[in-house]
Amino acid sequence: MAASSRAQVLDLYRAMLRESKRFSSYNYRTYAVRRIRDAFRENKNVKDPVEIQTLVNKAKRDLEIIRRQVHISQLYSTDRLVIETQERPRT
Amino acid sequence: MLLRVAWRRAALSVTVAAGPRPAVPNRGLRLRVIDNAPQSAVHCDAAAASEAESGLRPLYMDVQATAPLDPRVLDAMLPYLINYYGNPHSRTHAYGWESEAAVEHARQQVASLIGADPREIIFTSGATESNNIAVKELEAAIQPDTSLVSIMTVNNEIGVKQPIAEIGQICSSRKVYFHTDAAQAVGKIPLDVNDMKIDLMSISGHKIYGPKGVGAIYIRRRPRVRVEPLQSGGGQERGMRSGTVPTPLVVGLGAACEVAQQEMEYDHKRVSQLAERLIQKIMKSLPDVVMNGDPEHHYPGCINLSFAYVEGESLLMALKDVALSSGSACTSASLEPSYVLRAIGADEDLAHSSIRFGIGRFTTEEEVDYTVEKCIQHVKRLREMSPLWEMVQDGIDLKSIKWTQH
Repeated sequence: MAASSRAQVLDLYRAMLRESKRFSSYNYRTYAVRRIRDAFRENKNVKDPVEIQTLVNKAKRDLEIIRRQVHISQLYSTDRLVIETQERPRT
Repeated sequence: MLLRVAWRRAALSVTVAAGPRPAVPNRGLRLRVIDNAPQSAVHCDAAAASEAESGLRPLYMDVQATAPLDPRVLDAMLPYLINYYGNPHSRTHAYGWESEAAVEHARQQVASLIGADPREIIFTSGATESNNIAVKELEAAIQPDTSLVSIMTVNNEIGVKQPIAEIGQICSSRKVYFHTDAAQAVGKIPLDVNDMKIDLMSISGHKIYGPKGVGAIYIRRRPRVRVEPLQSGGGQERGMRSGTVPTPLVVGLGAACEVAQQEMEYDHKRVSQLAERLIQKIMKSLPDVVMNGDPEHHYPGCINLSFAYVEGESLLMALKDVALSSGSACTSASLEPSYVLRAIGADEDLAHSSIRFGIGRFTTEEEVDYTVEKCIQHVKRLREMSPLWEMVQDGIDLKSIKWTQH
C-alpha cells in the first residue's frame, strides 16, 4: 500500500475537524478542534514515511473515536454553557 | 437527513412563538426528568431547543473536585458496559478471558504512567481506599521501629508540589516506608516510583479524566512492602483487595492513564499559560489579592487566591455562572476556614476569603477570561459594600482597631 500522500493527510485533517465541530459539549468540541490543529501542526515536518503512516493510522482510529463520541454527545446533550453563542452546532 | 433538518427548523420556529419565559431567574440547573426512551429522542430536540433559551449551565472551574471523562476514556469503557460484560475472574469461558485481558491491559497502562511493574498495581475503589490500605500497613508493621511517611504529591487546595524525590531519598536511607497520595498529581506531572523511591502510591480515577469509583494503589515489590488487606473475601488482586474487579471502571482508569501519558506535556504547557493569564489579569485589576502556596513549587492548574475584605462564600455565590470552590470538596460543608491555609500561616481573615480556581485539559481561554471578568466585577462590588474596605480606603490600619466586646 502506498504511503499516505499530502492530499490524503489533508483530507483526514479536514474530516477530523469537521466531525469534531459536531460535539454538542462545548468543552469536548473546543478541545478536539484545538488538539487536532495543534497535533497536525506539530507533526507537519515529519519526513519518514513509516512514521507518517503510523501517525495517519492513529489519526484514523481517533477519527472513529470522535465519530462515536460525537454521536453519543448528541444523544445525551444538555443545556449550553453561559458563554456559548446563540448558534447551536449543526447536526 | 434533509427531512430531519426541515422538521427541526419547523419545530424551532414553533417553540420560539410559545408563551412568555419564566420570570424567576434560574441558574441553568433545574430538576428535570431525564427521559432516555428511544422514541423520545425526536421529541427531546424540540424540548431542548426551548429549554436552551431559558437555562444555561455554569462554566466548570472546579477540576480539583472532579474532572470530566475524556471522550477517549468513555470510548474505551463502553464495550465493557455493553457486550463484554464477563467477570474477569471467570476462568472457564471467553467472556471471562476477554474481561481479564482488559483488566491486565489496564494494569499495564497504569503501571507505565508511574514507572512501575504491573504486578505492583492493585485496583481499588479510589484513592481514599488506597490511602486506608497504605496507612493500615503501619498498624500491621512487625518491627517496632518501622514507620510510614505519608505525603500528598500535589495539594488539592493550593496546588503546592511537595519535594517527593528528596523525601523519598530520606525515607529510603532511614528504612522508613514512603507513601504518597498522588491523586492530583498522576498524569499531570512526571512521576517515577523508582526515581523518587516511593513505596506506596494512591491513584484516583476521577481526578485524571477517568471514571469515578475506581483507583489503584501502587505497592512496591522490591524491596517487598507488606500490606494488610482492608476487605477480605475471594482473594482477588493477589489477596490484597477482594471483590470482583470492575472491568469497565478499570478499563477507564487504564485508558485515562494512557491518555495522560500522551498528553502530559501538551496539557501542562496549556494549563500553565492559562493559569498565568488568569493570575496576571486578576492581579492587574484588583489590589490586595494574595496567592496562597509557594509560587515556585506549584502545580499551575490549581490556583488558590485570597481576596482581602471579601468573604469567600459570598464571592462564590456571586459567581453563580462559574462552578468554583473555596477549598477542598471533602470539607466544603463546614464553614471553618481551610486547615491547609491555616497551616501555611495565612491570616484568619484571608483564609475566609479564598477561592480555588481549577484549570484542566478542557478549560478554554474564553472560560478563563469570562471567569476573570466576573471575578473582578464581583470583588469590586462586594468591596464597595464592605465597611472594612471603606476604612482601609480612608487609611485606617485595621490591625490597630480595638473591637469592643458585646
